[in-house]
Amino acid sequence: MKLRILRPGLLTTVQDLGRPGLQQYGVTAGGALDPAELRTVNGLVGNEGGEAGLEITLVGPAIRFDGDGLIAIGGADLQPEIGGEPVPLRRAVLVRSGAVLRFGRAVSGCRAYLAVAGGIDVPKVMGSRSTDLRASVGGLEGRPLREGDELSSGRLSPQAARIFRFLEKRDSGRPFTVAPWFLPDSRRRAPEAERVVRAMRGRHFEEFDAESRRAFFSRPYVVTPQSNRMGYRLDGPLLHTRRRVELVSEAVCTGTVQVPPEGRPIVLLADRQTTGGYPEIAQVAAVDLPVIAQMKPGERLRFREVAIDEAQALLMEREAGLKRLNRILAVWGQCLWEG
Amino acid sequence: MSARVGVFPLGDSAVIARFGDRIDRDVHKKVRALTRRLEQNPPPGAVEWVPAFASVTVFYDPLLVRPPRGVPPYRHMCRLVEELVEEAIRSAEGAMERPEGEDADGRLVEIPVCYGEEFGPDLEFVARHNRLTPEQVIDLHSGRDYRVYMIGFAPGFPYLGGMSERIAAPRKASPRLLVPAGSVGIAGAQTGIYPIAGPGGWQLIGRTPVALFRPAEHPPTLLRAGDRVRFVPISRSQYDRWTEGEA
Repeated sequence: MKLRILRPGLLTTVQDLGRPGLQQYGVTAGGALDPAELRTVNGLVGNEGGEAGLEITLVGPAIRFDGDGLIAIGGADLQPEIGGEPVPLRRAVLVRSGAVLRFGRAVSGCRAYLAVAGGIDVPKVMGSRSTDLRASVGGLEGRPLREGDELSSGRLSPQAARIFRFLEKRDSGRPFTVAPWFLPDSRRRAPEAERVVRAMRGRHFEEFDAESRRAFFSRPYVVTPQSNRMGYRLDGPLLHTRRRVELVSEAVCTGTVQVPPEGRPIVLLADRQTTGGYPEIAQVAAVDLPVIAQMKPGERLRFREVAIDEAQALLMEREAGLKRLNRILAVWGQCLWEG
Repeated sequence: MSARVGVFPLGDSAVIARFGDRIDRDVHKKVRALTRRLEQNPPPGAVEWVPAFASVTVFYDPLLVRPPRGVPPYRHMCRLVEELVEEAIRSAEGAMERPEGEDADGRLVEIPVCYGEEFGPDLEFVARHNRLTPEQVIDLHSGRDYRVYMIGFAPGFPYLGGMSERIAAPRKASPRLLVPAGSVGIAGAQTGIYPIAGPGGWQLIGRTPVALFRPAEHPPTLLRAGDRVRFVPISRSQYDRWTEGEA
């Protein structure tokens, strides 16, 4: 199957789970900003989990499918539709050749993920298909998708082929056919609701003055428009260290909350630089990074302090959930085959 | 403020081993010794590590660490890294007592640079700022070896230690919007090379025809932390021949 980009949307890029292992060379780990969601929609179309899909930001693209294919959409709700009919989220969908999938604006969340059975087939660069916009590598020519671009999907796994055949049998000649099973998205919230982001104390927490330490973990912060795949700049109570801080550059992490001298915190995300030298007040729990990645400019969040062992336990819980999901999908696949 | 020395967790997926709070050759020897140990004997669950001026950060997957019952993964990872740190300190201190080993480790990488004119629009400024001639700046810049303390900021960007204070120069008041890849610059008492094109405020004194970022190779960069670098002046015609050879 081929995907023809009729309209690119605001920022649509090819992303997989990134390229860890190269940070010592200054290469950003990158990858989907909401990796749990990419893995989930990959699972729905019978992929292994780490296949490349499209990350679609705020205003979505229009895509024509040349050839029949199997897709699933998850994450933010950008009101996807085919032929005027809404395409449900977090479901396997059989699309017929010639169908045009159109996304609108995000009504909840910030980033949608489109998985296709077999994954988006672009060459791997440094071990990954993710687009690194700053280094201009990976994905399609290292850049966001443009009108007229064409992408191909890779080979279907046996599981994907089973789902495909099952939906083909239910096809009634319409441009798309929806699987009868779906996964609820427990993370979905009303857009105006304040999000809670769990975080641990950062390496320089004690260097901040008492007022800043208190404010950070109790007062709300707003996502500013100066937010992107490298980091989210937040507006709220200004944060200051007790003394002037001169730091020797060190590695930074995804989720590090650093504070430049003007006092507004920045949460570093997947496309961050590998090293930094600003004081760090906190570190967002890995399990809550997708919460930030799904926030739009203007939305509010509050940081809540957690201990490291609690953050790690939450991460293990989520991982167990994803594994359980893949087992269930595999069993279904088997049933479809036999039935 | 002084950074704490030791091994500490950084959130739920990394730990940092810090040997000091300044840029210093002896501190960096310990960084290199720990990096070597991590390469030879990575702790279970470690995904990657990033050496810096005075620290090494180890990134790990908490799901792949296998701690004893009742011990959280981060504590177990700290303990494993602490053991490597002790070995690294012992070996680095041993090496410091052997003068012949002084600074001789690490690969020596020669980087050809065409200084001045269109490639080094700020060479004159750096010279004037330091009451030198452009030729003296070139001699001072290319007349010594530099240590790659760390790679960061951009893919393959080396933080180099050891530049002569006599050619130090402040950053430009307003950064250039586009500095071409390969540009060699000075900012304060530091020198560096831009591996990819991008905005930048360093004083540009020359350009190398050699690619520092090589996404098709592994590792994807010309330089690695711990290398030594020597700048070799080349003429404009040598530069042009070099780029034709690459094409």
